[in-house]
Amino acid sequence: MRYVDELRDPRLIRSVAAEIARLADPDRHYRIMEVCGGHTHAIYRHGLTELLPPNIELVHGPGCPVCVLPMGRIDDGLAIADQPGVIFTAFGDMMRVPGRNGTPLEHQARGADVRMVYSPLDALKLAQANPEKHVVFFAIGFETTAPSTALTLQRAKALGVRNFSVFCNHVLIVPAIRAILDSPDMRLDGFIGPGHVSTVIGCRPYLFVARDYGKPLVVSGFEPLDILQSILMILRQLAEGRAEVENQYRRVVPWDGNPAALRAMAAVFELRPYFEWRGLGFISQSALKIAPAYAEWDAEARFAVPGIRVTDPKAAQCGEVLKGVLKPPQCKLFGRECTPEHPIGALMVSSEGACAAYYHYVHRLATAGRSDRCARQQPV
Amino acid sequence: MCLAIPGRIVALEPDTHLASVDVLGVRRRVNVDLVWDQGLAEGDWVLIHVGFALSKVSEEEAAAQLRLLEALGEDQQALEEVQGYIFDATD
Repeated sequence: MRYVDELRDPRLIRSVAAEIARLADPDRHYRIMEVCGGHTHAIYRHGLTELLPPNIELVHGPGCPVCVLPMGRIDDGLAIADQPGVIFTAFGDMMRVPGRNGTPLEHQARGADVRMVYSPLDALKLAQANPEKHVVFFAIGFETTAPSTALTLQRAKALGVRNFSVFCNHVLIVPAIRAILDSPDMRLDGFIGPGHVSTVIGCRPYLFVARDYGKPLVVSGFEPLDILQSILMILRQLAEGRAEVENQYRRVVPWDGNPAALRAMAAVFELRPYFEWRGLGFISQSALKIAPAYAEWDAEARFAVPGIRVTDPKAAQCGEVLKGVLKPPQCKLFGRECTPEHPIGALMVSSEGACAAYYHYVHRLATAGRSDRCARQQPV
Repeated sequence: MCLAIPGRIVALEPDTHLASVDVLGVRRRVNVDLVWDQGLAEGDWVLIHVGFALSKVSEEEAAAQLRLLEALGEDQQALEEVQGYIFDATD
């Protein structure tokens, strides 16, 4: 427990870790999925797996919006970006994600007007400042981010800004959790539920996990102590034969979510019948599209989007890693062809991607000679 | 982009949907439509995500979030994000 002293509340952390070890049945192997990429990042950064008994395995979930977007959607977006008179805007996370013909940054180098923005409101502002251009915002993100896009569209409509549209790629975490639970190669014992997504949707949407699948789900904060406490709450449920949705992150997450955010989403979006996720395939009702009332601001209605489908590079195993079937270093390309400097898959681009987190905090330290830490985190 | 950025409200501007916030000593304006119902006052802390205050939190929670961003090496990125908002000017 070399790292404990660097954390806050080392005494509390030790006692929670001890309680986890006491509750874990040595004859059982536990697989707990942390759904959110922010949790994955924190788990690797703090070396939290070292504080757990070896029979508790943390499985990384699909909660990284950049990572789950199939390559074809990036190419579709870039097809819009290449149109004359378009300013194409995207978050920084997207700029280095490869499409079939390069990343948004590379399209920019070839002459497309691609700009990084920090907020959808920035894209709207650009549209107001450039009335002779059409500004498209490449919207990605889970329920955390979708309300911001919704409010921006409401603002565009209210202000009558007509040279602005959104290429909508918002996805929903709840159908993804259901798809994972239905997947025959996934055996999970419980879930660490996402933090910020839950500030928007609350805890109720997860009730089916406990009710229909009999698995515990604990909505968790991001600090090391939060994550360990959530694991402890899951183990307690398992030990007592309970399956419930519990809220460890009560200080931020209201049980019913954020009503203003849910209202804005309901006004602006509707469910797509199905949407493709990298690694998980097509999942029904798992993504948002822009509702007819806002069709004028829908880039997919305004531009001919080619609807490109691209299979991932054969050797890359992003899909297996996204589903938690493989750990990052078990992919054949990990750390060789695919590195944060030259990413092949999106999981290596975003800091919330399991591969990038593993590379930064485990692989790099190990290759620098601190192999003891790496050895403990190698998958079994 | 999943991790929200803590900021303290320094001035409310009810007519613009915006409020001035202080993030690590940098002052910028963010949209407060999502937390308006919860009652906002100067001095309140909020978690900010892509230009929008996403939730109202206690001062302790804001400090915890800041520590976390530092631990994950994302505090500079957070500052860049907040400094990078261009919608900030009144419209």
